[in-house]
Amino acid sequence: MANNPNADYILEVKNLKKHFDLGRGAVLKAVDNVSFSIKRGETFGLVGESGCGKSTTGRTIINLYNATEGQVLFNGQDVHKLQGRDVKAFNRKMQMIFQDPYASLNPRMTVGDIIGEGIDIHGLSSGRQRQERIYELLETVGLNSEHASRFPHEFSGGQRQRIGIARSLAIEPEFIIADEPISALDVSIQAQVVNLLKRLQQERGLTYLFIAHDLAMVKHISDRIGVMYLGALAEVADANELYRKPLHPYTQALLSAIPIPDPEIERTRERIILEGDVPSPVNPPSGCRFRTRCPKAMPECAQSIPELKEVEPDHFVACFLYN
Amino acid sequence: MSNNILEVKDLKVSFHTYAGEVHAVRGVTFNLKKGEALAIVGESGCGKSVTSQAIMRLIATPPGEIKKGSSIIFDGKTDIAKLTDKQMEDIRGSEMGMIFQDPMTSLNPTMKIGRQIAEGLIKHQGLSKQAARERAIEMLRLVGIPNPEGRVDNYPHQFSGGMRQRVMIAIALACNPKLLIADEPTTALDVTIQAQILDLMRDLQEKTGASIILITHDLGVVADIAQRVVVMYAGKVVEQGTVDDIFYNPQHPYTWGLMRSVPRLDHDDNKELIPIEGTPPDLIAPPKGCAFAARCPYAMEVCLEQDPDVSKVNAGHSASCWLLHPNAPKVERPVEVGGHNHG
Repeated sequence: MANNPNADYILEVKNLKKHFDLGRGAVLKAVDNVSFSIKRGETFGLVGESGCGKSTTGRTIINLYNATEGQVLFNGQDVHKLQGRDVKAFNRKMQMIFQDPYASLNPRMTVGDIIGEGIDIHGLSSGRQRQERIYELLETVGLNSEHASRFPHEFSGGQRQRIGIARSLAIEPEFIIADEPISALDVSIQAQVVNLLKRLQQERGLTYLFIAHDLAMVKHISDRIGVMYLGALAEVADANELYRKPLHPYTQALLSAIPIPDPEIERTRERIILEGDVPSPVNPPSGCRFRTRCPKAMPECAQSIPELKEVEPDHFVACFLYN
Repeated sequence: MSNNILEVKDLKVSFHTYAGEVHAVRGVTFNLKKGEALAIVGESGCGKSVTSQAIMRLIATPPGEIKKGSSIIFDGKTDIAKLTDKQMEDIRGSEMGMIFQDPMTSLNPTMKIGRQIAEGLIKHQGLSKQAARERAIEMLRLVGIPNPEGRVDNYPHQFSGGMRQRVMIAIALACNPKLLIADEPTTALDVTIQAQILDLMRDLQEKTGASIILITHDLGVVADIAQRVVVMYAGKVVEQGTVDDIFYNPQHPYTWGLMRSVPRLDHDDNKELIPIEGTPPDLIAPPKGCAFAARCPYAMEVCLEQDPDVSKVNAGHSASCWLLHPNAPKVERPVEVGGHNHG
């Protein structure tokens, strides 16, 4: 993707590949040649269906996985080449919120210690100051200081997700990767957590990579959206533009598949129903990976892989229809 | 004969646990017309799944218990709540079919899918093995599984999630049930697969004329497939009506809350979502008054003291809220909710 030299990019992902060796010569290409950039202070949404590689992309960016190929530049530094002290500094600047609020909090630690762990590791404060910092963080996320001495099982899913957010904020990061942070929550609770994330972003100037499969929520929270299919980016555009004018046939199908809570609209809507299932990423189709389900596939789609190109200002699509 | 395939009246279901008796369903009443698709919506723990399991008589007893005084009249004659387990076996799987949320755990992993479809046909319709197998292949074709002759001898793990859900639907519909209960049938599926399954369900409903109870938390799915809606909260029905009643003229503050807390894909503005503050009540000790009062921005004194009666809005539309009492103060429905098409 072409980079505007004037824009302040906090994160640049360049031709990132993450392949998993499954043994016996089989390779799962979870992320295959993905490039995008995130501006400081914006929310970039990454959407796609299960197995499209969106979570692997997030985990590779934060260096939970090594990259097979390509680069992730955070504030201009390649996160996979950091060593020693730089690793620790990087860990402080980038944090992650996970999907499952039940599995991502240590059940044997008090909430105070869960939140305080990062503070201790980075030596940010101790004693009374540390305690006060924890209380303050709990209040920031809508809990209160009494909760610090309790254990995770005493909290509901929504409250646990707030604890996960407090933990990620404890070391004052610049960049937060939220991997399906609300999928496990009820709708009325989802709105609480999303509003909290938005408020924190405004107050602290955070940058988010918001990974989710719920396109309506991603559109609500994101400035720009990248749509992934089978390990590759199909389209990247401004959130409203993507909804108004989806260019990639996959984005079009994805949008048309989402039922809208309005019976009158649903009665008259024409749906694009895709045939079949997502192919296996171990042995993906040649050429464009979407061609086996694409209603507009052409012979050339089988021959080579379409590149992500800017077809309109700030609107990128990987599809031969727009060559 | 009555026009209703199902009449649920004052259904109460409790579970006896170490912590005490959980009142999961607390007096649910609704009817389902023949050929109608009814959606039951609500958040986790509101009792929507327990209600459907009670209709299928799938509540494990103990710890569960369908309370005395509950009645579930099926097809105008049978009270399901009073049947013996043996009698129920003749209805379940033949006159009523069920689709569950997770197609992996609800299929038997050690049995070929053809046999799983044939099982009910042999038991309920007395088909021979060969005839049942042929009908199984026919069902697989009906639910859109390619190469059904070959696939009939496959095991569940050889199918994808969407395909497994199609197999579940084939099993549920094999004996031409009058009632199909689908408990979150598409929640575990990706949206493009969800669209396929909803399309299939709509199509099959037209072909077979079965009545459907669809349990879901997704208002989009409700708008897509249902004709009528029951909104549940804390084990009770708080509002019911046609989809148009519920979406364009909702009366209960909980229904308003549900509608306002989800972002709309087709709305451009990025207004802040309006969540329902707080969490649902503990059903071991349900609140004395209206269960929603603690989270309701319009709660009055009476709401905390006494549970509201059902108020009729029109023939098919009713809600349980003190705001509908003639003496209650007038409250304007929030502008974000309903009404944007139907003033």
